[in-house]
Amino acid sequence: MSLELTIAIIVTVVGASTPILIAALGELVVEKSGVLNLGVEGMMLVGAITGFVIVFATGNHYLAILLAAAAGVATSMIFGFLTLSLSANQTATGLALTIFGTGFSALAGQGYSARPVTLLGPLFPAELATHPLWRVLFGYSALVYFAFAMVLAVWWFLRKTRAGLILRAVGENDQSAHSIGYSVVGVRYAAVAFGGAMAGIAGACFPLLLTPQWAERMTAGRGWIAVALVVFASWKPFRLLAGAYLFGLVMTMELYAKAGGGPLSAIPAELWAAMPYLATVVVLVLISIRRDASTNAPACLGRPFLPSN
Amino acid sequence: MPNRLELSGITKQFPGVLANDHVSFAVKPGEIHALLGENGAGKSTLVKMIYGIMQPDSGEIRWNGQPVIVPNPKAARRLGIGMVFQHFSLFEALTVLENIALGMDAKIPSRELEARIREVMHTYGLTLDPHRTVATLSVGEQQRIEIVRALLLNPKLLIMDEPTSVLTPQEVDQLFTVLRQLASEGCSILYISHKLHEIKALCDTATILRGGKLVDTCNPKEETSRSMAEKMIGAGLKDIVKPEGRSFGEPRLVVNGLTTNKTGHFDVPVDNVSFTVHSGEILGIAGVAGNGQNALLDALSGEVKGDERDAISIDGLGIGLMDTTERRRHGLCAVPEERNGHAAVGDFSLSDNSVLTARDRLGLVVMGLINSGAAKTYTGRVIADFAVKALGPAATAGSLSGGNLQKYIMGREILQKPTVLVVSQPTWGVDAGAAAAIHQALVDLAAAGSAIVVISQDLDELRALSDTLAVINLGRLSESRPIGDFSVEEIGLLMGGVHGEEAA
Amino acid sequence: MQYRLEKRREPSRFMLYATPVAAVALTMVIGAIIFSAIGFNGIGAVREIFLTPLTNAYKWQDLGVKAAPLIIIGVGLSIAYRANVWNIGAEGQYIMGGLAATWVALASHGMGGWWTLPAMMIAGVFGGAAYAAIPALLKTRLNVNEILTSLMLTYASVQLIYYLVRAPWKDPMGMGFPQTRRFASEALLPNIIPGTIVHAGVPIAIIVALIAWFIMSRSVFGYQMRVVGAAPHAARYGGFSENKTIWLALLVSGGLAGFAGMLEVAGPFQRMVPGFPTNYGFTAIIVAFLGRLNPFGVIFAGIVMAITFVGGEVAQTTIGLSNSATGVFQAMMLFFLLAGDILVRYRIKRVVPQPEARA
Repeated sequence: MSLELTIAIIVTVVGASTPILIAALGELVVEKSGVLNLGVEGMMLVGAITGFVIVFATGNHYLAILLAAAAGVATSMIFGFLTLSLSANQTATGLALTIFGTGFSALAGQGYSARPVTLLGPLFPAELATHPLWRVLFGYSALVYFAFAMVLAVWWFLRKTRAGLILRAVGENDQSAHSIGYSVVGVRYAAVAFGGAMAGIAGACFPLLLTPQWAERMTAGRGWIAVALVVFASWKPFRLLAGAYLFGLVMTMELYAKAGGGPLSAIPAELWAAMPYLATVVVLVLISIRRDASTNAPACLGRPFLPSN
Repeated sequence: MPNRLELSGITKQFPGVLANDHVSFAVKPGEIHALLGENGAGKSTLVKMIYGIMQPDSGEIRWNGQPVIVPNPKAARRLGIGMVFQHFSLFEALTVLENIALGMDAKIPSRELEARIREVMHTYGLTLDPHRTVATLSVGEQQRIEIVRALLLNPKLLIMDEPTSVLTPQEVDQLFTVLRQLASEGCSILYISHKLHEIKALCDTATILRGGKLVDTCNPKEETSRSMAEKMIGAGLKDIVKPEGRSFGEPRLVVNGLTTNKTGHFDVPVDNVSFTVHSGEILGIAGVAGNGQNALLDALSGEVKGDERDAISIDGLGIGLMDTTERRRHGLCAVPEERNGHAAVGDFSLSDNSVLTARDRLGLVVMGLINSGAAKTYTGRVIADFAVKALGPAATAGSLSGGNLQKYIMGREILQKPTVLVVSQPTWGVDAGAAAAIHQALVDLAAAGSAIVVISQDLDELRALSDTLAVINLGRLSESRPIGDFSVEEIGLLMGGVHGEEAA
Repeated sequence: MQYRLEKRREPSRFMLYATPVAAVALTMVIGAIIFSAIGFNGIGAVREIFLTPLTNAYKWQDLGVKAAPLIIIGVGLSIAYRANVWNIGAEGQYIMGGLAATWVALASHGMGGWWTLPAMMIAGVFGGAAYAAIPALLKTRLNVNEILTSLMLTYASVQLIYYLVRAPWKDPMGMGFPQTRRFASEALLPNIIPGTIVHAGVPIAIIVALIAWFIMSRSVFGYQMRVVGAAPHAARYGGFSENKTIWLALLVSGGLAGFAGMLEVAGPFQRMVPGFPTNYGFTAIIVAFLGRLNPFGVIFAGIVMAITFVGGEVAQTTIGLSNSATGVFQAMMLFFLLAGDILVRYRIKRVVPQPEARA
């Protein structure tokens, strides 16, 4: 395989992995606080349509990302209010959020299909990116570097800060955290909002980073893959990075198998399209075989907080 | 010198129950003050208000002579009030150091915190490794974390809530040494318990609560255990009626070399346990919590399947390979420690809860369909015979108070007339009246010919009920001997793991 | 004014049945307000989506036809969710059931008889159940979360349709369109009411719901599902195997979804097409919740959801409101239902402000 092709593959993989990584990082923090938000797919779609509409109207990509994050936060607050203040079932509420996000984004996106926008350009000046090897490092847009930076930030936050310690404690034993005097609900609201912001940004990656247009359900289940990735990574940020890139690779393989010719190109297009989802199942099975993954889960995950006094 | 803590007319109302009714008492500086009462007397509620977790509906709290409002635990800590809860607020997956850091209000860099922790541990003779994960520690060691956490705040009042229910007698002595040292330095101690002999040994003053009201404030060194118990319970103490000169019949339950595998990370499995219980006999199994009691009950009831048919036999028939339903059919009923969620389903009606365990022995299922009329009738009988305060068979299990739910559960199993009955913590958290009823029912069942195993952490209960006693420690069971052959010291040593040979 | 939540002694049965009704009503009111605020014709939307399908007699047959699969799948999901088994992949099991039935129809084309439809039914049930067996196996053996596996398999099954109708099963006389040939008459569901599109699947759906209600409330199987979901540790104590329950929950809900798939392909669709996945499997999730996981309630909820579907199509033609508005309304109903859930266990009490502490 030529160097050009390798570079092209790497660049595509990075692009494809970025939204999954960002969304998964958000969900990781949410789950560390003990909340299971299955509405990631819905929040991402809301972020996607918001990002698209803002860019379409103003041409300002950074504003679009910011507002996509805000839209994600707003959507996540529906989930937060229902599950944290009204103790609703988290699984059902997350599903409702996904259904809502799908419908809302489709409704808001009426009339925008087949109207193009421009992609977010690279962060670093083009001169740096001419040499093929430099392109691999410096040729990406801000969203990609944001994703990397957030991996470090989330790791540092959880391991090294007091606020992160409190968040982990809330996810491990909410009754104890409450007895000590921490606001379990407050911490979880903050985590859910963070997850919403990240999901919104991740959704905006689709029209701004990958395909410069809007299409209904354009996230195509990536939000669900992000949720699976958090399990696969055993709630550890660096493993999440590895997992997201693994998935980017799987999603990109179709294009390059076709280009490379040979036996791989005979695989039907539909099987390639199904590959990321089947790979998710395989990955979940592998992680369950390898070690008792459930013991790494935050102990309170998915359980509503009902103070015992 | 003003009183360190003074409560006047503290009142707290919950829906359906007046938890505290105009309670007033005072704690002097350097005094070890007991707060004595049965479960449900209002001790925990009172103390939660002192610590700021709740607010009183009326009444006044004075700290060093000044009236104060304690809006939350942080404010309590700022005043100098520390609390060690009965149920630890620990995070099992985090380290000792992280747990203590979480309990501190100020942000202290971890190196400095570690140094301070070591200093406190040295002063009071407590030993802990700050970097161990809490889940790997014993219960006594976990309690030490809570104590260290409270001591780091230099408290002027330390509240201990039922601290010894999870300790061996030796650990209790170590704890008392620490508390006496603290008191001698001027720290007041509010010691909540219902263990009369401990209060007599440790405390200077005792305030007794009953049904939310203050009954008396007295000097435990001048009272007898019986006089204090009478104030706690109110009615005259009834002795359990056990027919004299009983002899036991045939062996009904024979357990031989029962062993289970470790299920989770932190469980204690059953390790080569053997014992025999005869018809009419009550075998008590004593032990500190977390030594395999639950594993033993699960192995006997069939929740955890065994792999040896003859490890457990009833009336000569090996049942070791059977599941719970089969074992029930052969006459073995079990009552686990946890009521709501394990022995009963809180969301289900009492009638549906009867279907849970009694459906086979009472023929409640016909061709796959449940005979709900028969279930209701049976449930009505249980409610009547065991004086369960409930609105009827249709009441949900979750709506019953702890004591009534336990009465129902025990009744549901006992009225099935099992050949063998295994119960765990039968009267934990149950009020004295209900506890007495349950004890009498167990004795009557034994007298009718069944074999009973009672697993309990309450030595008083075991001494009252058992004919023979064995002690479980780290999944191993000591030899069972007639109860009269044991001294409290012996039982304590066995509970702590000293099996006879290495007596102090 | 401060409010406090106070736990009820017993869960309120009134609230249990009132909250779904209130959720629908609230959705109509709040939905109209929100849509108007955004710039759509809010009142018109609510009228067309919720009320016109009921008042327009021509639409009743559409209601029946749309409600039938929702009810059947919803019944299956209500059973699984009772047991706390979160089968989210009903859409995929529905697809597999449809594909299995298609296979039987194509294989027996021209050679069929009275046995064709029953064979397709069996194939449908089997296809759905077999597809649900995968998450069941993974959950019971390896403790893999069934939400993720069943959902991922749904995405995969959609691709399978695309492949099959594009290549091996393509209608040779279909002018190149990706679809199978139309089924022979013995492979089609008969019409119950002549002159309408009401096929046999509609009464079948009601019968299925009634049978399910009976089983869930009276039989040990129903008891088992309920107790494992309510208190798994107590269920073990009572002698019910959690693994067996997970298998049963997935096989039953998968089988019912597959059955619905067969009814759809043999009824309204009459062939397999790429547009076969109509999201019934996902909407049925809402149906199950709105129906309070009770087969009777599922009938009511299925009809309500069918109303919104039919209404959505009506609104598209009469006031030009996009179809996606339906999804938003459906999600709103679920939100309001979940919000109201807390009233079943807790009541709202006003908190009287504390008197100031004496000096």
